This record gives sequence, structure tokens and C-alpha cells, in this order.
Amino acid sequence: MANQTPLYDEHVAAGAKLVDFAGWDMPINYGSQIAEHNTVRESAGMFDVSHMRPVDIEGAEARDLLRHVLANDVAKIDEVGRAFYTCMLNTRGGVIDDLIVYHLGENWYRIVVNAATATKDMAWITSQAEEFDASVTSRDDLAIIAVQGPKARELTKDILDDDLAAEAMELKPFRAAAAGKWSVGRTGYTGEDGFEIVLPDDSAVEIWRALQDVGVAPIGLGARDTLRLEAGLNLYGQDMDEDTSPLESGLGWTVAFEPADREFIGRNSLEHIREHGEAKKMVGLLLEGRGVMRHGAAVRAAGDEATEAEDAAGEVTSGSFAPTLGRSIALARVPADWSDTVEVLLRGKWVSARIVKYPFVRNGKIRVDI
Amino acid sequence: MSDIPNELSYTKSHEWVANDGDGTVTVGITEYAQGSLGDLVFVELPETGTKFAVGDPVAVVESVKAASDIYAPVDGEIVEVNEELADSPERVNEDPFGEGWLFKMTVDNTEQLSDLLDAEAYGDIVEAEED
Repeated sequence: MANQTPLYDEHVAAGAKLVDFAGWDMPINYGSQIAEHNTVRESAGMFDVSHMRPVDIEGAEARDLLRHVLANDVAKIDEVGRAFYTCMLNTRGGVIDDLIVYHLGENWYRIVVNAATATKDMAWITSQAEEFDASVTSRDDLAIIAVQGPKARELTKDILDDDLAAEAMELKPFRAAAAGKWSVGRTGYTGEDGFEIVLPDDSAVEIWRALQDVGVAPIGLGARDTLRLEAGLNLYGQDMDEDTSPLESGLGWTVAFEPADREFIGRNSLEHIREHGEAKKMVGLLLEGRGVMRHGAAVRAAGDEATEAEDAAGEVTSGSFAPTLGRSIALARVPADWSDTVEVLLRGKWVSARIVKYPFVRNGKIRVDI
Repeated sequence: MSDIPNELSYTKSHEWVANDGDGTVTVGITEYAQGSLGDLVFVELPETGTKFAVGDPVAVVESVKAASDIYAPVDGEIVEVNEELADSPERVNEDPFGEGWLFKMTVDNTEQLSDLLDAEAYGDIVEAEED
């Protein structure tokens, strides 16, 4: 039987269409995915992301452990309350997972990892932790609710305890506050402002209902995917995995090569790739015509009519219809020297698409020429 | 259980067929089909005057999630398509048996109409898929 979050009954009662997501029964939508997408861009919506797993890293050498295991350098978040996004790499420089690290207290970090990779991540970090004075604790007792959208923070304020609410409202982007079992981060996966609230399982229903009462709409994982794609945010397992490096996944900015003496796992492989120049790069694509680019679609250079699908050097890693743009957009991995336009194979036809800088949408505003 | 009007006929591939009584049928996709596809974003319809044989792909409906072919329920010629859907594909989601109709076609061989499923037989198919 699939896992269920503490909010499962709420989803059922709200008429959610439930799907299996990495072994969890999760709401894909509560009616219209596009309406939910627009709600987050224009107002505020909430996501049950309790299938994702918080993991606490604590102890005198917690910082040293994370400096070794993560490609970004937690020395950047030495100040308590700071957070950042990073990849966790294998020795080949491939991505084991991507995650956000919150520095919640002295010798206390909390990472939130993907549902599909949680077991693997725990095993990896625990094995790496053997040489450090640090504990690694999977927090299966915690739920996560993300509240996102231009009105998200204002609406969330009133449903948090006064002290935590006051702290939360002062948070700058990528900062977090903690109180007891609760933590609130000004982070998200939609390209909008908002909070991600980690809270005890047994408080989840009460907070979910309270948010609903102040006008925050429940949003399914379908809209979460189109929101993150418009925001140009990678999805693990689709845009990168253990066989692709962050450098060819548009995530080079998350790798801290400085200081040069920090020996993080994967460093040697990434330096080798960097020296020889990356063969591939991640680009944003905007489809010129109708149709929808989808994960796995072949991409070839514009006008390269000799190339068939199986020989195409590029591939769509994430593609969808983008509700905010009314067009199809994608992230695609293509040869590093490609620019301007390409062709994407859609249902047997090569269709022209333009390479664009992403994010496509940020804080409700379209950032590409359409 | 989704709505399956008794007065319509159905195909295994989730089209509904309304006998217009003038030698043509109106074709759309069922409530169940639109629900499975999710929000439609594009509908590609044929040119009027085009002839199709039963089972031929006639149209494409594309949702946020997936693209799906729509098949001719009978042999015939397209006499009208729902032009409104070019700008408002969401009508198929909102009113699949009404304003979300896709196209009308002639019925060259009326015997093919009796090969279509009635509401009860179609309901069994939906039930099986939902399990």
C-alpha cells in the first residue's frame, strides 16, 4: 500500500485526483491544474509536500560533514537562519539528489530531500557521517506545507504562533526561522514568494484548514510541476540524475569550487569536466508554434534535416505547456555550442523552438519574449 | 463515477457519438476522457470536407499532461468542426457533452452505428479502467 501524508483525508475530502508519486498517494490536482497554477501566480496556494523528507544533521562536526558531502559550501551559510540550494554528488560528479539546506541552530542543519531518493540519501549521508562527529536523523515525524504566491506570506502570518510569525515575516529570501519542532523558510519551488513550513505531523491538518479558511487554495503536484518549470527550476530524476553532472544541468552556479582546498565528493570529476569543457549544456526552449514539448523529446540543430530522432544530439529533459505564457516551454540538454534556434520532435514532426534564457517566469512576470 | 448520458453512443477509445438524425453524427470526448487527460491546451481539428474511415485518427486533443488522438467512430466526411475550441480548448473540460463537441461527420454506412457501445457497455469499460 502506498504511503499517505497526514493530509491525505483532506485531499480526498477536497475532491483531489490522487496519483502514486514515488510510493506516496499524492494529489495531482483538485479540479483544474491550470486554474491552480494561476492561483499561485496571482494570489496564494498551498502544497502538501510531506512526502519530501526533512533530515537533521547535528553535532560538533555537522558543518564539516556537509562541507564534504555537498557541492555547495555550507560555509556560505555560517550565520544561523541562512539557507541555500545544492546538489549532493557521487564520486563521478553525478547528482545523487538536489536539496535545500537550512542552518537552523548552532551545530544544527536541516536538509529536505526528495521523496524518491530519501532512502538512498539517508544511506549515503549516514555512511559518510561515520568519520564525523555528527548525527543524521530522518524526521519522519514532520510534515511540510509550502505556501506560495504573492499573497502567501501575508496570509500565512495569522495562522502561525505570534513569535514564529513575527520572525517569519522578517525573513529575507533563503532565510529560515525555527521554534521547537517547527521551522519556516522563505523558500519554494514556484518562482513566487512564500514559505515552506516544516511542522509536526499532528499539527498538519489544523494548519492546512486554517490556511484554507484565510483563502489559501490547495494546489496539486501537477501545477507544482508547471510552476517550477516556468521558474526554470530543475526536477531531480528528470533534468539531472546520477549520470549527469550539475555543470551540464544548468546548476554550475550551485557548485562552490572555492576555497580550492575543500575536498567535497565529486570535486575531482567536476574539475576534470571543467578543464576539458562541458560537452552539453542546459538551455530553455520556447516552442514557436502549437503543440507541447515533453520529457524525452529529441532536439536537433535548426535545419539539420539529415538527423533522425535516434541520432539527435539534444533532448528535452522537462517540457510542458506553460499556463502563464500560453505556450510550450522546456528545459533541454543540448551540445554546448548550440544557440538561437533548434527543432524538437513532436508526434513525428520537427517543430521549431527558440533557445531562451530562463527563468521563463519570475514573481508573476514573464521574462522571455513571446 | 463520471456522467455517461444514456442517449449517446460511445467508442472504446472514449469518444461519444450523437446521432443528429439528418445523416450526420456529432462527436466529442467523454467526461471520463477529459477528466483523465486534465486541462486541455490545444485541440487540432480536421478540415471540413476531409473523408475518414472508421478508426482513422481525425483530431488531436492535447492537455497539460498528454496528447491523445481522436478516432472516427464511422466512415464519413467532416461537415463541421467546433471552431470555438481553437481559442477555448477548456470548453471540452467544462462541458464535454455540450459546448465541448469536436466535429460533425456524415455517416456513410448506417450499420456502423449499431457497432457503437451503449451507455451501459461504455460504463463497464470506464469502471474497468478506473480500478
